[in-house]
Amino acid sequence: MMRELSRLAVLGSGHVGPVIARLAVKAGYPVAIATSGDPEDIALITELVIPGAQPRWASDAVADADIVVLAIPLHRFGDIDPAPLDGKLVVDAMNYWPASDGVLEPFEDGGSSEIVARRLAGSTVVKALNHIGYHELEDRARPAGAPDRRAAGVAGDDPAAVATVAGLVDRIGYDPVRLESLRAGRVLQPGGPVFGVVLGLPEFEQAVRQDTRSLT
Amino acid sequence: MTYTFGLDTFGDRNSDADGTPASHAQTIRNVAEEGVFAEQAGVDFFGIGEHHTEYFPMPAGDVVLAAIAARTERIRLGSAVTVLSSDDPVRVFQRYSTLNALSGGRAEVILGRGSSIESFPLFGYDLADYEELFEEKATLFAELLKGGPVTWEGKTRPPLLNQDVVPHTESGPFPVWIGVGGNPQSVIRAARLGFSLALAIIGGPPDRFAAYSQLFQRALEKFGRPPLPVLVHSPGHIAATDEQAKAEFWPRWRELIALVAAERGFAIPTKESFDAETGPHGALYVGSPETVARKIATNLRALDATRFDLKYGMPGLTHDQLMTNIELYGREVIPRVRDLLS
Repeated sequence: MMRELSRLAVLGSGHVGPVIARLAVKAGYPVAIATSGDPEDIALITELVIPGAQPRWASDAVADADIVVLAIPLHRFGDIDPAPLDGKLVVDAMNYWPASDGVLEPFEDGGSSEIVARRLAGSTVVKALNHIGYHELEDRARPAGAPDRRAAGVAGDDPAAVATVAGLVDRIGYDPVRLESLRAGRVLQPGGPVFGVVLGLPEFEQAVRQDTRSLT
Repeated sequence: MTYTFGLDTFGDRNSDADGTPASHAQTIRNVAEEGVFAEQAGVDFFGIGEHHTEYFPMPAGDVVLAAIAARTERIRLGSAVTVLSSDDPVRVFQRYSTLNALSGGRAEVILGRGSSIESFPLFGYDLADYEELFEEKATLFAELLKGGPVTWEGKTRPPLLNQDVVPHTESGPFPVWIGVGGNPQSVIRAARLGFSLALAIIGGPPDRFAAYSQLFQRALEKFGRPPLPVLVHSPGHIAATDEQAKAEFWPRWRELIALVAAERGFAIPTKESFDAETGPHGALYVGSPETVARKIATNLRALDATRFDLKYGMPGLTHDQLMTNIELYGREVIPRVRDLLS
């Protein structure tokens, strides 16, 4: 018997959240979407832009979720209460991108997902779905085995969590490339070799291998 | 159904035929010529987008629009976009209601951030405050547009108490749009404030925005407002043949994207992605008049939109190439799209 798919809570209904939520709904995941406010405020967005997802209060969505996807602007991350995320697998799809969004002092030192993980000390954080543009993420998704399928990075310190998120990335339409730590996931950040381009598996692996930013 | 067709520019710095960059001053004079010529070619709207860079030296487009207004009679003139977050809504209203007066009621404003971020440090704003700045200032702008004394208080500019803001418009509010690049909450905001929706589609398949167009009309209903138009803004370049248009545009587009990529830290797109964007399902309108007309007609239908604004030009193209683009757009593309849609 097939195990049921994980329940997803996508936090954020801006550029990125709805795209990830749509892809996850298409892949068969039960998906809740939430913002910092009343689900009624995103009911219309959900109905028309993310049909099949449930708009919920963030606390309810998180409580029922196996995987929580953070798709909020990074400067709002400080508003997130870490406690309800304890024990959860958290996918960090956010980026620290000062050239586009301004400088944030707490993120000036190190990889952004490592800093996120430090604050969410009770969660297992995996970096993924951050490096392909929201305008391309859905269009470039392909089923497994498609000749023009592209790759997406999945980085984390916990191999089981990385495997779960790699499964998610695979089901929504990308060949997952596992990176052995959040630190190694720095290669997926703005300024890195795969940020903003959509590469096939061999090119992606080569670009990641040649990069040394996780060593700095 | 009445369709309207516009041209937008960011004041893309021109080059001479031999590749020498034109001066900023010459580029600005060329933009004024292009606006005047757009009316002669049959274009309905001419828009100038605010930018503050070496390759888009266009921070005061309203001044250029005023020069065009003085030499034209019919074409509508507006911003595309005004970076409201780093400006004062009172000043934006005053500049465009002045343009509206000069042009006999032909002014429009598109509010947004565009891809422009340079104005934030330039004027002392923090990009992290972008949302709050835009929300507050757009709300104030909606108040100013109603005419009559304004009372307003917020965090992003000094309060106004029963303030009469001049010049008054002659015949009610001028058209205002909000530019949206993919955030559905911005669509809701446009509906809530009663502004029309400008979909800025600069990458990826345009038809993914169909849900946004429906969302806009449904949100207008929810807020008890009448239907408002949707416009599509996308970049492109028109020449006699598909091959010529691509040959002229691709190296200039690649150069620009490489420059922005270096500034902002993303990887440079490939020729393959350019070909996808200029193909039938991409966001760039590059080709012969027939190719571009078909793509415009298809996407206006798919997105239930009644206006298309072509962002023409690219840093490094010549003024002559842009004039040819304008002529082909006005004399061939627009009539052909109207044909295809009738």
